[in-house]
Amino acid sequence: MAEIQIKNVAKNFGSYQALHDINLTIADQEFMVLLGASGCGKSTLLRIIAGLETATTGEIWIGGRRVDHLSPKDRGISMVFQNYAVFPHLTVFENIGFGLRMQKLPDDEVKRRVERTAGLMHIEQLLKRYSGELSGGQRQRVAVARALAMEPDVILMDEPLSNLDALLRMEMRAELKGVLAESKTTAIYVTHDQVEAMSMADRISVMHQGKIVQAATPIEVYRDPAAEFVASFIGNPPMNFLPAEAAGSGRWTVAGQNLDGPANGKDLKWAIRPEDLRIADQGFGARAKVVEPLGAHLLVTCDVDGHQFRAVLDSELSVKPGDVLTLAPQEGRGRWFDPETTLAVA
Amino acid sequence: MEARLLPYFLILPVTLFLCLFFLYPFALVAQQAFGTGNGFSLDNFREVVSYWKFPISMKNTFLLAAAVVPIQLALSLLMATMVTKMQKGRDLVLYIWTIPLGISDLAAGIIWLAIFEQSGFLNSMMVGLGVTDQPVSLLSYQTPWIVFLAIMLAEIWRATAIMLVILVAGIGLIPKEYYEAADVFGASRWKQFTRITLPLLRPSLQTALVLRVILAFEVFAVVAALGGTIFPVLMGEIYAYQFDLQNGGAAAALAIIVLIISIVFTLIIMRALRVPKGATI
Repeated sequence: MAEIQIKNVAKNFGSYQALHDINLTIADQEFMVLLGASGCGKSTLLRIIAGLETATTGEIWIGGRRVDHLSPKDRGISMVFQNYAVFPHLTVFENIGFGLRMQKLPDDEVKRRVERTAGLMHIEQLLKRYSGELSGGQRQRVAVARALAMEPDVILMDEPLSNLDALLRMEMRAELKGVLAESKTTAIYVTHDQVEAMSMADRISVMHQGKIVQAATPIEVYRDPAAEFVASFIGNPPMNFLPAEAAGSGRWTVAGQNLDGPANGKDLKWAIRPEDLRIADQGFGARAKVVEPLGAHLLVTCDVDGHQFRAVLDSELSVKPGDVLTLAPQEGRGRWFDPETTLAVA
Repeated sequence: MEARLLPYFLILPVTLFLCLFFLYPFALVAQQAFGTGNGFSLDNFREVVSYWKFPISMKNTFLLAAAVVPIQLALSLLMATMVTKMQKGRDLVLYIWTIPLGISDLAAGIIWLAIFEQSGFLNSMMVGLGVTDQPVSLLSYQTPWIVFLAIMLAEIWRATAIMLVILVAGIGLIPKEYYEAADVFGASRWKQFTRITLPLLRPSLQTALVLRVILAFEVFAVVAALGGTIFPVLMGEIYAYQFDLQNGGAAAALAIIVLIISIVFTLIIMRALRVPKGATI
C-alpha cells in the first residue's frame, strides 16, 4: 500500500518560486501524470518526491510515512530518468541489478529478479551488452527494468519517452501502461505530451506556473477543464473561445447567437472544442481562412466575429478558403469561463 | 585541396617537427647506446648494468615511485572530489592547489632544501621550540630515511597537481544523472565513488597515472637538491655518465633502459585500467 500525499509543498530557487503550495493525494496503485509545459514545476515536484531536491516548505508522505527528511533510497521509490542514466560501464544485467546489489541481496535472488524484469521488458537477450551497444529504445527498457527490479512501492518517471521517436513512443506508451498496471505500483509520470498523459493516466494533474490547476481523470480534464489554461493546453487543436454578453437570466449572446448558460451577472467567455462543431442550417457564421486536410478529418481555421475559431469537420466535405460556413455547437458541449479569474463557471 | 587529404596536410608541420626534434635525436641516442664503434653491441648495457650503483639507483627510483605515486593518486582523487563538490570559490582553490605546477623541479628541490638543511626552517623551529639544543644535520648519510622522506614530501608537493587537474577535468565529464540514479538505487557516498566515479574516471586515471609514473622514473632535480649522492637514482646516473664520466654511450644505454621501464609501466597501467570491450565511457 503506497498512497502518496503531498502537503503544502513549495519550492524557491533563490527569489524564484518554482512551486506554490502544492497539495495532492495519489491513491495506492494509481497512475498519476503531471502534465505541463516546460518550466511549470512538474519535474521539480517529482524530484522533491524522489528526494533529489528538498522542498522549501511542506511535507511528503508515502504509504502513511513521512519521508521528506529521508534520503531517496529510504523512501521506497525507484525512478526512470529522462536521459535513462543507464550506467555505461556496467552490462545491462548489472544495470538492472544495481539497486539489488546495493541492498546486498544474494546472487541467485539478484539473478531471478533481473531475469524476471528483463523478461517483462523483452530485453532478456541484451543482458550481457553494454549501454553503448543499445539503441535509445532498448536503453529506455533497461531504465524501466532497473526501476521495476527494485519492486518499489512507487515508481517515478521523468519524461521517460521524450527521447524516443514518435512510433517507438506510441509502442512504449502502451507497453509501459500494461507493465505498470501489472506491477501494482503507484506511478507518477511527468510529461509535457498531452497524448501520453491522456492515454496513460488514471488521473492527470495539469500544472501551470508552479501550481496544480486541475487534477482529474483524462476525460474530465478534456471535457470539463477547470480553467482557461487547461482548456487551451489540452486538446489538439485546443478549445475555441468567444466573448459572451449577458442577456439576462441565464441567456447569453455569443457572436450574434443566443445560448443558454449560467445565471451570472457579468460577462463571460464561452468555449467549445473544435471537434464539437458541425455544419448546420443555423449557427455561427464562420469564414474559412485555412483548410488543412488531415486524412481522418478536416481542420478548418475560420474567423467568427473577428475571433480565430477552429473546427474539426468530416474529411469528405469540400471547403475552400473564403467559404462561409454555418457552424453549430453540439448540445451540452459548450463551457463557460470567467475572464477575470480564468476559472470555469458552471 | 581534396577533403580527404586535408587532415594529413594539416598535421604535416607537427609531424615534421616531431621527426626532427624527437625521432632523429632518439635514433642518435639508440645508435650511441647500441654502437661502440664496431657495429651493433650490447657492451654499453653490460657496463651500465654491472656497475655497483646500478642496482641501488634502480631500487631507489622504484622505491620512490612506489611510495610517492599511490599517495599522489589518493590525494589527487580526494582533492578532485572536494573541489568538484564546491559551489563557490572552486576556481580559486584550484589555482592555489596548482601553483606548484608552475615551479621548476630544481626550484622545488631548493625550497624543500631550505626547510630541511642544517640551517633551515625546520631546524630553527625545532631549536626555537626547544625540541633540540642545536641544529641537527637531517639530510646526512646517517639518516637516509629522512632524506627519503624529504624527497617524498617534495615530490608529493610538487607533482600532485598534474594528476589533480586531469582528474578534475575527468570528474567534470561524468553526468550528474548517474549520481542521482545511484542515489535513488541506494548507493552510499562511498559506493558512488567506487562504483560510479572510479570506473567512469578510468580514461582520466590512465592519463594521469601514465604521466605521473613516467615522470616518477625521470625524477632528478629534487633528488639532486635534497639527496645529492646519498640517494642515487637512474636519472642522476645518466647525468653522471654523460657529464662527470664523459661516457655518452653508457648514458645513452641507461636512458634506453629508463625508456623501456616507462613503456612497460605504461602498458601495465593501460591494461589494468582498460575499459571493458563494448562499454563506452
